[in-house]
Amino acid sequence: MVSTVQAAVGQYFKNISNAVTSTFEGMAVTMSWMFRRPMTIQYPDKIEKPIEETLPDCYRGVLEVDTGICTGCMACQKACPIGCIRIKVGKNAETAERMLERFDIYVARCMFCGLCSEACPTGAIHHTSHFEIANDKLENLLLRYVPANPTPVYKPKKDVEPVTQPRGQAYLAARKHCTHAWRKEERHGDR
Amino acid sequence: MKALADILVVQLLGQDPGSWPFTWVVYAAVMLVGGALAMTFVALFAGPVTVVERRVAGRMMSRIGPNRVGPQGVIQWLADGLKCFLKEDLIPDEADHPLFRLAPYLVFAGMFGTFVVLPFGAHLVAADLNVGVLYLFAISSIVVVGILAAGWSSNSKWGLFGAFRAAAQIISYEVPSALSVLTVVLFAGTLSLQGLIREQGGMPWDWFIFRTPFTFAAFFLFFTSALAEGNRTPFDLPEAESELVAGYHTEYSGMRFLFFLFAEWANLWIMSAVAVACFLGGWNIPGVSPATIDASQGLAFWSFQAISFAVFAAKTSVLVFVVIQLRWTLPRLRVDQLLEMCWKYLVPLSFACLLGVLVWAWAVTAGSAVDLAMRLIMTCLGVAALVAYARRVRFNYVADKDNYLKMTGKELWYPPYRLP
Repeated sequence: MVSTVQAAVGQYFKNISNAVTSTFEGMAVTMSWMFRRPMTIQYPDKIEKPIEETLPDCYRGVLEVDTGICTGCMACQKACPIGCIRIKVGKNAETAERMLERFDIYVARCMFCGLCSEACPTGAIHHTSHFEIANDKLENLLLRYVPANPTPVYKPKKDVEPVTQPRGQAYLAARKHCTHAWRKEERHGDR
Repeated sequence: MKALADILVVQLLGQDPGSWPFTWVVYAAVMLVGGALAMTFVALFAGPVTVVERRVAGRMMSRIGPNRVGPQGVIQWLADGLKCFLKEDLIPDEADHPLFRLAPYLVFAGMFGTFVVLPFGAHLVAADLNVGVLYLFAISSIVVVGILAAGWSSNSKWGLFGAFRAAAQIISYEVPSALSVLTVVLFAGTLSLQGLIREQGGMPWDWFIFRTPFTFAAFFLFFTSALAEGNRTPFDLPEAESELVAGYHTEYSGMRFLFFLFAEWANLWIMSAVAVACFLGGWNIPGVSPATIDASQGLAFWSFQAISFAVFAAKTSVLVFVVIQLRWTLPRLRVDQLLEMCWKYLVPLSFACLLGVLVWAWAVTAGSAVDLAMRLIMTCLGVAALVAYARRVRFNYVADKDNYLKMTGKELWYPPYRLP
């Protein structure tokens, strides 16, 4: 009987000391966080380098086409489950060369599945790491990768490495051809 | 307010307001102005402190916090307030309309009523009631009526649960908070808050908290129960977001909702100010006795008022920060734990403190060697606790410092004053 009372009294004071010490320790921990660097970044205002460069290579952003290495095989158009890719290949009347007349990607419809880039034999169509495509005009999301003059399609040659553009460059160029300025550029200017 | 008005008239105009024909008109005007000033003070405290709390919360969670409205988000509170002004004032169909409309005002009145006796400086007080502490506890109980009315009239299960919890909690915690304040009332022999402050001094060893071990414990008991009375985490059961949506103000929106939040934030100042006034020396300026302030004239008098206000505000701000920090440190208690803590721990301990102070006041004469030795020991103990805390904070920081540098290539050091 005495021992149970003693145990209860001991527990009582132990509870008090536990409450005091754990609050003390907890406050010491939270206070130490006042002196630590925050983990978060201030996207999009104050970032050390463009957010696109920090994303991994396998990131599935907006589709872009490197027309310099496009063979005009239309495999991507067939592979697209939605039909957001429109390609038109014609023939030059003089040289009888196959010409890429139109290569449009309607990003508003694209679901970023990546099936087109898998079907592409040369890697001409691929994802970029750009994703900031929010826009106030839908037609801005129609990216024309052959904006004006038809370009000849690429013919692979043995032992010649194709000349490719850096990833993302064709997309930024196509974005400039849109009829309406992109809202982000209106606000912040080109980065 | 009357005393302050008298001093103002005598010092500025050189006349005795008692000899004027319609003195009460002057007093009424002064009281209106004083009330408006106090209201402005509450608004200017309750608003920005929300931003401070969110920024502090951000840093403690390793993020930044609101920083978009104005420079570094300093006027975020204006945006939030305006938003509430513009929102629709919804009243549920099934609600008890008159009660639903009345409840926020009761809560607000209960909060604002405490500013009648809360001092801001040596003579900056609305009314130095001789029953100040009693009035304080009485008027702050109106809040629970408002909360209960809000929860009941909402006709919502969340609201009702929140209101029940609030009633149980606030009424329970009135007991230990009143008992722990009684310890200092015993020392000072007065219930007036100004009287309590005058009994203390500017230096830490003059403060009631460092007079005896019992008042030292009573300070923490009072602080804990004040947290619970103000519905602050870890005692925020009446509005526990994860359990009760928003508790008693679930059904409120717009301006009425803002009234509840306003009262809650203003309560931060009230609980900290009462703790400072009762235990931490109030507005006493170190090295200047209250008698010197009373005797001073003209510019010296008013600068003493300003300095004493600054001292009081500084001490209160530190406590407000501690309250905010506690919110992001401790998890919420369960209902049974909450009541157990009150009745099994806080009430007996505050009784023990009361008895201890009684014995001490009877056995030890003020100013004797034992009294001075005890003050010195308790002050050293307080300083030692602060030093131990600082060392512990440093330990926690240093424990992660090198690892952070190795993993991110950046220095971990990012002091609170450096804004992102």
